[in-house]
Amino acid sequence: MDWKRFGFIFLIIVLLFGVVVVIGGAQNSPVIIITSMLATTIAVATPLTLGALSGTFCERSGVVNIGIEGMMLSAAFFGWLGAIYMYHIFHFGVGFSIFMGAAFAVLTGMLMGLLLAVLSITFKVDQIIGGTVINILAVGLTGFLNRQLFFGKGSVFGGNIPNSPGVLPTIHIPIEEIFIPLCKTDSCIQIVDSINKVFDQKPIAISAILLVFISHYVLFNTRWGLRTRAVGEHPKAADTVGINVIRMRYANVMIGGMLAGLAGAYFTIESVPSFEPLLTNGRGFISLAAMIFGNWTPIGAWTAALVFGASQALNIKLQLFRDLIPPQWAFLQQSYVVGLVPYILTMIILTGIIGRTTPPAADGQPYEK
Amino acid sequence: MQSESQSGSSVRRLLRSALDAMLIPFLAILTAVVVGGIIIAVVRGNPILAYYGLISGSFGSAKALSETAVWATPYIFGGLAVALAFKGGLFNIGAEGQLAIGATTSALIGYALPQWLGTDLPLIIHLPLAVIVGMAAGALWASVAGFLKAYTGGHEVINTIMMNYIALNTISFLLNGPMKDRNPNNVIARTPLIAESARIPAIFDGLRVHWGFVFALLVAFLIWWLLNKTTVGFEIRTVGANPDAAKYAGINVKRIIILTMALSGMLAGLAGTIEVTGLNYRHELGFSIGYGFDAIAIALLGKSHPLGVVLAAILFAAMRNGATRMQFLTQMPIDLISMLQALILLFVAADAIVRYIYRIRVESERVVLTRGWGG
Repeated sequence: MDWKRFGFIFLIIVLLFGVVVVIGGAQNSPVIIITSMLATTIAVATPLTLGALSGTFCERSGVVNIGIEGMMLSAAFFGWLGAIYMYHIFHFGVGFSIFMGAAFAVLTGMLMGLLLAVLSITFKVDQIIGGTVINILAVGLTGFLNRQLFFGKGSVFGGNIPNSPGVLPTIHIPIEEIFIPLCKTDSCIQIVDSINKVFDQKPIAISAILLVFISHYVLFNTRWGLRTRAVGEHPKAADTVGINVIRMRYANVMIGGMLAGLAGAYFTIESVPSFEPLLTNGRGFISLAAMIFGNWTPIGAWTAALVFGASQALNIKLQLFRDLIPPQWAFLQQSYVVGLVPYILTMIILTGIIGRTTPPAADGQPYEK
Repeated sequence: MQSESQSGSSVRRLLRSALDAMLIPFLAILTAVVVGGIIIAVVRGNPILAYYGLISGSFGSAKALSETAVWATPYIFGGLAVALAFKGGLFNIGAEGQLAIGATTSALIGYALPQWLGTDLPLIIHLPLAVIVGMAAGALWASVAGFLKAYTGGHEVINTIMMNYIALNTISFLLNGPMKDRNPNNVIARTPLIAESARIPAIFDGLRVHWGFVFALLVAFLIWWLLNKTTVGFEIRTVGANPDAAKYAGINVKRIIILTMALSGMLAGLAGTIEVTGLNYRHELGFSIGYGFDAIAIALLGKSHPLGVVLAAILFAAMRNGATRMQFLTQMPIDLISMLQALILLFVAADAIVRYIYRIRVESERVVLTRGWGG
């Protein structure tokens, strides 16, 4: 990541936060607004971060994955369904059922990754068509099963959608407990308190941040990462020195699938305990843009995902403060208008005017010996 | 004698190649039907009754046939839109947004133009105007993605998807605000009804099938003619096959990329326009959802050939139309159709799987779309 791109990201985030601070300033102090805006940004950036990591693993090994959207959608559905089955049919406890739901989501993502791998690596289907197949399959499969399992003839739940056991709880990270005793001034206490509020997140959000750094380490500091990148840059050379290109690609695409699956779990296991058709709403594709803008690096992708998260947080906060919006800015009251920001941002980023990026050299090409 | 036998063999060869081209899609459909049947059985349905319902509901009567044609009309346009882009080496996932833009603008012309002019218009002027404006809007919307592809390298796959969401948001805004049907009984996001003079007449009394279906077949023929018999068509296909060679041959690649996207968007816009002027007489929020993916599936199933697209569109239309009867007979949800279509697409796209299952060795040309991301 060069400074130009970091500067752009910083500028956009300051701009988005600035709008909310100016409008909400009449009601809350800037510190409170910025704190809650940051917390929302991190939370809503979670699926984008994980999706972008998924894309990074796939594409670093040379497989384009535009099926992230479909992987997320199917994982969201099967994770939610798994949690319900665990709770209502097998009568496990709430906590265990939710945890198993998340596990089912990751497993679903992995299987979808396997499907993409079979299509694009073994059968050498054009990778963009392979990804599109996954997207369409996910819409069809989740729509059909959602209707059939709950409302179909002889369905287990006989026409009622049963309550999901719930969502993952917030994890309290003891930042306050450690640092407040070290504080000597009031402002220090206030800052530590704010930081604590920002990082009081749910498990998937926190693991997404950890996974960013883990992925960075794995890709750039381990033998596995070196081999993955070799396979994505110059598979022939990698093959010559004895790396199994096919196996590396399979493994990385399935890892990518698991990450997309965890992103799917965010929607139905962590955010809200319900499923509706098409709930991912394009976030798989925005993840891809984040991956490209982050130049196929985990940390770069994360910062880009935060920009999209911030623009989504802007929409959420503006709805909260809608009565405070001055009349000459009335267009900001329209969530349809403010909702355009992430999509337009994506298109601007893809033009490359904020610095060009280079994909892995063998990205998208099937390997033929 | 000599020439007669030659023409006989060339007809046979043509027939042979047509059969070869249809073999893989046919086997893909067959495989999807079998796999779909297994899934129906697994969720405790009766696959034979379900398929009987699908067929009788789509071809069983004059009304069923008419409804199948009604469904097929936007599918033909949408499938052609994606197929044309494929020929030019571009992947237009944005048919859905372009369709919605076309539908909204032609609805606007349909209901508002007489009010603006303060006079009624004759059908011969009003209807073509509504259709042309819808087409142009679709073309303009799609050419943005074409322009970005040609001049900045921004990948059309992501840009057309982003523009779908932008179109959807913008139209939500318009249909809930300035363009909303002001009828006091109306609570949904939709435009007012378009004027009588902007409506496509029905072909038969009492059936919903309208002249838009015939127009769709005509457009399919025109696209075939454009691609295979004109210089522009040749340039589009050359850029699609090998942009570097096209550039070397003196073709203005940037211009062709923008033109291809514009033509593709025009066809998608037509899908929306014809639905508004021929069937719904207004644009309603949400009716376009899913058309984009259906259009991709139809283009792939039809192997991007206009005739193939027409046949694939009729098949998909028949499935959508027969679904109601299937649901009535077996209580299977209509969403089953989406899954069947996804399976068909899976086996068409991955024709290697089908060839593997049926031990067919024919190597067919492969669509190549993934050429890195640019950016």
